[in-house]
Amino acid sequence: MSTLTIQDTIQGLLAAAPDNFSSSRLKGKENLEAQGLPALKAEEYKFTPITKKLESSILSFSPALPITVTPEMVQSAIFEGFQGDVLVFSNGKYLPELSSKIEGVEVDFISAKENTALGSIAKPEKDAFAALNLASFQDGIFISVPKKSQIEKPILLLSFCQANEGQVIQPRVWIESGDFAEATFMDMTVSLGEQSYFVNKVVEIKGGINSQINYYRIQNEGKNAIEVSNIETDILKDARFTSVNLSLSGDMVRNNLSLNLLGSNSEGNMYGIYMLNGKTHVDNHTNVDHTIPHAESNELYKGILADQSRGVFNGKIFVRQDAQKTNAFQQNNNILLSEDAIVNTKPQLEIWADDVKCSHGCTVGQLDEEALFYLQARGIDKVSAKGLLLYAFAGEVLEKIEDESFRDYAIGLIQERLGSKF
Amino acid sequence: MSKDNQILEELTSKEYEHGWSVNYETDEAPAGLNEDIIRWISAKKEEPEWLLEWRLKAFRTWLNMAEPSWANVTYPKIDLQALKYYSAPKQAKKTKSLNEVDPELIAIYERLGISLNEQKRLQGIAVDAVLDSVSVATTFKDTLGKLGIVFCSFSEAVKEHPELVKKYLGSVVPMTDNYYAALNSAVFSDGSFCYIPKGVRCPMELSTYFRINAANTGQFERTLIVAEESSYVSYLEGCTAPQRDENQLHAAVVEIYAAAHAEVKYSTVQNWFPGDKEGKGGIYNFVTKRGICEGDHSKISWTQVETGSAVTWKYPSCILKGDHSIGEFYSVAVTNNYQQADTGTKMIHIGKNTKSRIVSKGISAGKSQNSYRGQVQVMKRADNARNFSQCDSLLMGDRCGAHTFPYIDINNPSAKVEHEATTSKIGEDQIFYCNQRGIATEDAVALIVNGYAKEVLNQLPMEFAVEAQKLLALTLEGSVG
Repeated sequence: MSTLTIQDTIQGLLAAAPDNFSSSRLKGKENLEAQGLPALKAEEYKFTPITKKLESSILSFSPALPITVTPEMVQSAIFEGFQGDVLVFSNGKYLPELSSKIEGVEVDFISAKENTALGSIAKPEKDAFAALNLASFQDGIFISVPKKSQIEKPILLLSFCQANEGQVIQPRVWIESGDFAEATFMDMTVSLGEQSYFVNKVVEIKGGINSQINYYRIQNEGKNAIEVSNIETDILKDARFTSVNLSLSGDMVRNNLSLNLLGSNSEGNMYGIYMLNGKTHVDNHTNVDHTIPHAESNELYKGILADQSRGVFNGKIFVRQDAQKTNAFQQNNNILLSEDAIVNTKPQLEIWADDVKCSHGCTVGQLDEEALFYLQARGIDKVSAKGLLLYAFAGEVLEKIEDESFRDYAIGLIQERLGSKF
Repeated sequence: MSKDNQILEELTSKEYEHGWSVNYETDEAPAGLNEDIIRWISAKKEEPEWLLEWRLKAFRTWLNMAEPSWANVTYPKIDLQALKYYSAPKQAKKTKSLNEVDPELIAIYERLGISLNEQKRLQGIAVDAVLDSVSVATTFKDTLGKLGIVFCSFSEAVKEHPELVKKYLGSVVPMTDNYYAALNSAVFSDGSFCYIPKGVRCPMELSTYFRINAANTGQFERTLIVAEESSYVSYLEGCTAPQRDENQLHAAVVEIYAAAHAEVKYSTVQNWFPGDKEGKGGIYNFVTKRGICEGDHSKISWTQVETGSAVTWKYPSCILKGDHSIGEFYSVAVTNNYQQADTGTKMIHIGKNTKSRIVSKGISAGKSQNSYRGQVQVMKRADNARNFSQCDSLLMGDRCGAHTFPYIDINNPSAKVEHEATTSKIGEDQIFYCNQRGIATEDAVALIVNGYAKEVLNQLPMEFAVEAQKLLALTLEGSVG
């Protein structure tokens, strides 16, 4: 047990920060100091005592040094059927020598792009961890998809993470797309070693007018990994953004996903599955901000909780006064499989405009006994029948993944967890 | 939309019906809040020593508590030292029957449409009338007394049934529960007490009618309902206050105790002065209401129609401790002009096979903010808990807000919990459909709003349902967004 205090945390990491982006870093630092890391029972982190977790699990609050990643490691990490380009990261550091050259896309270290308005999308005011990352990230990646270019092959961001002297990894991703651009990103992590580490990730996505961006993510962290991520995107006129997030393991995981709908006829979609066992704790906080008229958002998160796992869901939909003719839908369904699993869900609507269609729904329950019986009566054993029903439950989210190979991979992971193939 | 605006204007210019006040001689405590005032109130009410101690303990705890700020409402800080904590109409002596009550006071209630004269009453409702800090009259006491039912003012209960009061006071809402509950525990002045003995089905509706008349006072009443095994009671609460420019504080506590197989139905039509159309004045309604289903198969049902108050902060809750117990919450909350309401419920499932149902209908108009905040908690050993929640919001006009904050915390895999919420406005197509059939826009809106709220209004006892329907029409008539 360490006796780490918030002050130490800030100082250790801040001292190790490079001296670029000085005004952004200063802003991050100020916001971090103003907020402090979330206190126990703080409303936004009510069910996720992240600060306490960090205090007890992370002994060395300094940046983890990059580890050696070999081409073989990259090869074996890439899933079957993947047809696309790979960007490789070691403890948050971009490794160009192992990464693909992507045709028509500009990729560089963030440090080489001093003019990037870091923190303008994932604002440090909103979250202490976003502020911490802004103040003290080492380096990150800058990806720019030019105007009118349609990148057909998906881009895989493949991260290798392992505690290495320090235990803090702070990846930072900046994605910008020009008007009418299209691209699909996949985000995966390979966890190495048993030692705890803390990933504090920030992804900022700036979509152009009429752009279409998909961001698919699989969180299959090591069982001692602690992760906080802030993914935030600005969606302009006629643009569409879709996020699919699969959380499968980790120690304590917190995802903040925020969509800012800034132009009319824009569309934001957020889909997620959290399928947990052991003592995994996953907290998904999503936030959709409708600021303009005629925009649409859809959200569907499904949870399957076994053993002593805990799933937290908080979906916020804001519909500002000017955002008339908004359509916003939100749904969260959970299945509890064991006595000790816990669900805390809070679907939240805040609406200031009258001509809108908004709804949210949430359910917590278990498998339908009658459906189970029906399958068993037809000769399917109980375990397979349960698996089949759970697979069908998750299927609604999985089918939102447009990329076939990624969808098959995700289905494979879910089936593996369910213990049978269908 | 000019017609709508015109109708909206008509609506907002409508005055608060119960905004008058009456001058009568009062017996008041000096302004301020300290231990001496509490001793003064306690002495005034000739309370036993244990109750004074209880009050002082609550006060001392309260001193270390902070005002809650999590609710989705904003209001200037209340200067609790400037308030008077006791105001009572002067009566020469304790009255035995209604005939001895000052006719002036009876007239106040007559004017509110609450006849305290038993002969004139519609059959079936007994009333405890609370004016400012004291209960002025309780009707039908004898009839109820024959069945063993105790229905009287709180002060009377303290004197005549101290053992019951001592046993149940603070058992559901502990004195340290929250800031306003602690304040109430320290300074509460009167309220109603109701005890239904084992196996008795109360033959009439029991009702408390609260009226704040005096200026610069806070009203802190306390209601305690105890339903013994296999008993049944339906309880009504109504409230109004005069129209004044300054804000007044109302911080009440209601406790309900239901033993095995008992059923308590608690209905509120809350119509405190909501402030004028500029948002000036009005009552701050910070109320703690909670019931406990202590015994197996018991049931507590809350029904509320909230149309008044400048700021409402109220969460009638059920602790479902007994196995097979049932909690229900039906609410219609209407806000207009600058009103703010943050209301909802808590359903705490502790016993096995417990059920709860939440139906909340929010209607916001003008520049008001209407929030639903609720919690459904299923504890670890609450097997087969079942909850269904529905919270709908209706927005009228583009300056108001509707917010939903449902917390759902499930610790048992056999729980079945559903929550759904929608937000919408009155469709132009719906209005058009009515217009086509010769129904004027204003009537169409009333029709649609009443239809929207019907699920809740149906839960109210008949007399109250009529009043509530009228209130809804009055508050919202014609406000098409």
